[in-house]
Amino acid sequence: MMTPLLHQLDAGYAFVERNWGLVKRYIGWDFVWLVYGAVSTLTIGLIGVSAAGVGGQSAVLYLLIGALLWTFLSVMFQFMSESVQWERWEGTIEYTFMAPVSRVTYLAGHGVFAVSYSLLRTVLILGITVLWFHLDLSHANLLAALLVLLLASLSFLGLGLLGATLPLLSTERGAQATHIVNGVLLLCSSVYYPITVLPHWLQPLAAVNPATLTLDAIRACMMQGAGLGDVWPQVWRLLLTAVVLIPVGMLAFAWGERRAMRTGKLKRNG
Amino acid sequence: MLAITEALPKPDGQTRAAEATAAVVVRHAVKSFQENDPEAQRSWRHWLSRPRRTLHAVRGIDMTIRRGEIFGILGPNGSGKSTLIRLIATLLIPDGGEVKVFGHDVVTETMAVRRLINRVSVEAAFFKKLSPMENLRYAARLYGLPMAEATARCTLIMQRLGFPRSKLGASLEDLSRGQQQKVAIARALMTSPVLILLDEPTTGLDPKSKRDVQEFILEVRQEHDATVILTSHDMAESERLCDRVAFIDNGRFVAEGTPAELRERFGGNLEEVFLTVTGKNWEEVESE
Repeated sequence: MMTPLLHQLDAGYAFVERNWGLVKRYIGWDFVWLVYGAVSTLTIGLIGVSAAGVGGQSAVLYLLIGALLWTFLSVMFQFMSESVQWERWEGTIEYTFMAPVSRVTYLAGHGVFAVSYSLLRTVLILGITVLWFHLDLSHANLLAALLVLLLASLSFLGLGLLGATLPLLSTERGAQATHIVNGVLLLCSSVYYPITVLPHWLQPLAAVNPATLTLDAIRACMMQGAGLGDVWPQVWRLLLTAVVLIPVGMLAFAWGERRAMRTGKLKRNG
Repeated sequence: MLAITEALPKPDGQTRAAEATAAVVVRHAVKSFQENDPEAQRSWRHWLSRPRRTLHAVRGIDMTIRRGEIFGILGPNGSGKSTLIRLIATLLIPDGGEVKVFGHDVVTETMAVRRLINRVSVEAAFFKKLSPMENLRYAARLYGLPMAEATARCTLIMQRLGFPRSKLGASLEDLSRGQQQKVAIARALMTSPVLILLDEPTTGLDPKSKRDVQEFILEVRQEHDATVILTSHDMAESERLCDRVAFIDNGRFVAEGTPAELRERFGGNLEEVFLTVTGKNWEEVESE
């Protein structure tokens, strides 16, 4: 037997390995979703092209960065909630929850996979958009942008945990309900428009929205070649958001699990 | 919860001594669920309000299972067997009473209990797109089993259960029900649990697979000193495997003892014992 720490690390890897196994089994479908994601992003880019008179290539890049982050978030939230929903469909959730594995490990394992998988999809779509629009990224600080995205993922994970709680409440509808989280993030962020166009009462919410902070930082890295130090004001606020959102997400998940165990909703039959 | 536990009748000295060395102690366990009321739902007036009714699944069950014992719980569908198993498996929180596994409370010492148990249920729940080996590897990691050891144990158990080696890489969805159930048994036993919860493990299996599984259960108890709780519909199986059995009906134990004791006390075979203690015909409740 392993030491407790090694055991939890190995268990965390179990979720990554399992999810990767399932992705491989549905690789054809993943390709379909990749094409869909690329087409959606290109559509947004073309809206930017049509408005080229207003801002030229920077308008295209501005919108594309928004669309790419949106793709990243959608895939991540979807994967987090689907991981739980899948287990409920298959009935394996009872076996997973009965195992001597802490929920932190469980959620961290799924989180690591969700972030890695979303990142891969986003990078592939970025490659497609660069080729399509002949984007000049010679001034972009890609490494800094990637680091910002990884650090921002921590706060998005907190929101992802909230999304993962929903399938515990409803197997059939829970995962779909994560679109509510996505929708609120989209509305109150600068994905496609500056937050100054939002009603005044929504602007404070948009200012602390991790999506807004991430976009501000990534746009600075990609469009002005800013380094991590330049976008530190956004980065530390993102980290602060993560410190708040991750425990909130964990608590929500623990509440959802406890509720399911009280009401007998973990099982699908028997 | 604490108040309910404290309000329970205090066990005497002899019971306390038995409980201290017991594998499982259940004291006045109670569990009920809210479910949609099918009668009320037929009315259009309840279109939005969804009236609920309370289903009392477990109504004050007491039991003490000794270490190394195979304890059978017999009862018809919906009698509370699986709910009781889930309470012991830390998958449900009891509404009242207490459940202890090797001295650990299932509510307050969940992780300690989980390290000691594993379960096979009537439905072989797996990631159906993955292969048996992938599913077993996943389970092994969750229980902190080194991969080489896990592979060796799985191969041995699968061989012992007569599972075809060529199917170890196939998708679970392409396996028969019996083969899936054998993988489920391997998943539970490879972690060497000291308490094995078998919830109708042989239901739906062909006679040969059933025999393989039954013999393996006896072997595991013999060689690994494991304690087994077995729920079943099969009287012959229970009589063959169990040291003691309890009949459960409507969430209550209505008779408990060794099969020989029960036959002697009530006369006839176990089906007749069931008829005597519940007033219900076993074959009739089985077909419901």
